Amino acid sequence: MMKTFAELNFPGRLIAVEGLDGSGKSTQIYLLKRWLEAEGIKVYFSEWNSSELVKSATSKGKKRELLTPTTFSLIHATDFADRYERHLLPLLRAGYVVLCDRYIFTAFARDVTRGCPPDWVRGLYDFAAQPDLTFFFKADLEVSLNRILEGRPKLKFFEAGMDLRLSSDPYESFRIFQGRILAQYMAMSEEFDFVVTDANQNVETQQAAVRKLVGERIDLERFRRRSPLPLPPPAQRTNPVEEIEEDSAA
Amino acid sequence: MKTQPAGPTSRRTNHRRFYGHGIPRVRLEELAGKLIVVEGADGSGRSTQIARLVDWLEASGHATVQVGLKRSTLVSAELEKAQEGNILSRTTLSLFYATDFADQLENIILPALKAGFIVLSDRYIYTLMARDMVRGMDEAWLKNLYGIALEPDAVFYLEVEAEELVQRNLSKKAALDYWESGMDLGLSRDMFDSFLKYQMSVQTIFRQLQKTYGFTIVDGNRSVETITETLWEKIRALLAEK
Repeated sequence: MMKTFAELNFPGRLIAVEGLDGSGKSTQIYLLKRWLEAEGIKVYFSEWNSSELVKSATSKGKKRELLTPTTFSLIHATDFADRYERHLLPLLRAGYVVLCDRYIFTAFARDVTRGCPPDWVRGLYDFAAQPDLTFFFKADLEVSLNRILEGRPKLKFFEAGMDLRLSSDPYESFRIFQGRILAQYMAMSEEFDFVVTDANQNVETQQAAVRKLVGERIDLERFRRRSPLPLPPPAQRTNPVEEIEEDSAA
Repeated sequence: MKTQPAGPTSRRTNHRRFYGHGIPRVRLEELAGKLIVVEGADGSGRSTQIARLVDWLEASGHATVQVGLKRSTLVSAELEKAQEGNILSRTTLSLFYATDFADQLENIILPALKAGFIVLSDRYIYTLMARDMVRGMDEAWLKNLYGIALEPDAVFYLEVEAEELVQRNLSKKAALDYWESGMDLGLSRDMFDSFLKYQMSVQTIFRQLQKTYGFTIVDGNRSVETITETLWEKIRALLAEK
């Protein structure tokens, strides 16, 4: 069993959110970040599939449909390792609260759905510690699907799981693919101690529950900046539709 | 799992296997060609030997394909860039190389073997593992990672003394390569010393890996022609198997 950062005596703490595309998890972690910043907490946010160097290879692979389940898995592991070793670990050593939009469980669910052997995938990521808190945003499959499919006429090849040849219709393929990923997530929920959050509720209700739990589980006083930073200009909230697109491209 | 020695004479074609889980949905019995790997440090004569093998194999009517590290369509450019900047940490670089390897395995090696080609691989997973092991990475983690690899039909490790490697590298390029000198390890600030120390550590690891993977160690200090003769002899026997 993997240890959490707290168990490994890191001064920092890591909070991860997981869920299907369209579950609203990115909105929730964004609001959590805003709250922690306002509280003067040292906080850092990291997104799945965002390492600059690896990104160009990933997007080339996706555009040209070069990726197989194995290379898809490995290139995402490379991206994760880069962020983990260069950003997450040093920040956690420095006592930050690190927020991750998707963590290794995304790989466990997706890569296994794509046909990679579960213990091989888990072995790839066994250099990574367990988050101190993992929220799983569980929306009804239909709700997630509708959020993504509404107003998005074209699904991307890999995001729809078209490489699995589940159906020649991208929408049908996407539905089957997401359903299988959800099943993978649910199967590991207990093992990795997911805090399952009902993502069918409204944004405010969910966020209140998230903040309450974070406050209970993490002694936030310890993570306050000693000298207050000058207030940054108000962050521009990105267009939510675009954000979902980024996320599901992962 | 106990690994069986991979000497070409001790095996038959129907013993194809992956080292671990392999690649999903590959039918091993369809891989009719042969996979031949030449391993060794820079300056060990790998490319010279591969060029000679290709000439000889094609002259005898065999179709060949060549692969090697950092040659994938998917990540070779990015990998090159990362190495130049020396900005990636160890696990990241290791996974990046594994991605490059997997891409060539699935898109070149396996299809070519299926089509009955003889695939000549200029280095394989052993170099990748050795480099990481010298840098202290966990062997079990690496074995799981490279469980995707197909066991070759023959692996030749061209072993050349570190002092001789220095001479060959300097006479060719008048300089030593940063990575081949293990400069990232801080073994010595002197590149010459570092190169010798690093190459000796890599050789020790190769000897260790040989026990697991059972490849053929070839004395690379001998003349080009003598080495080619050694390789031919083994490959001839391999091609005679049915």
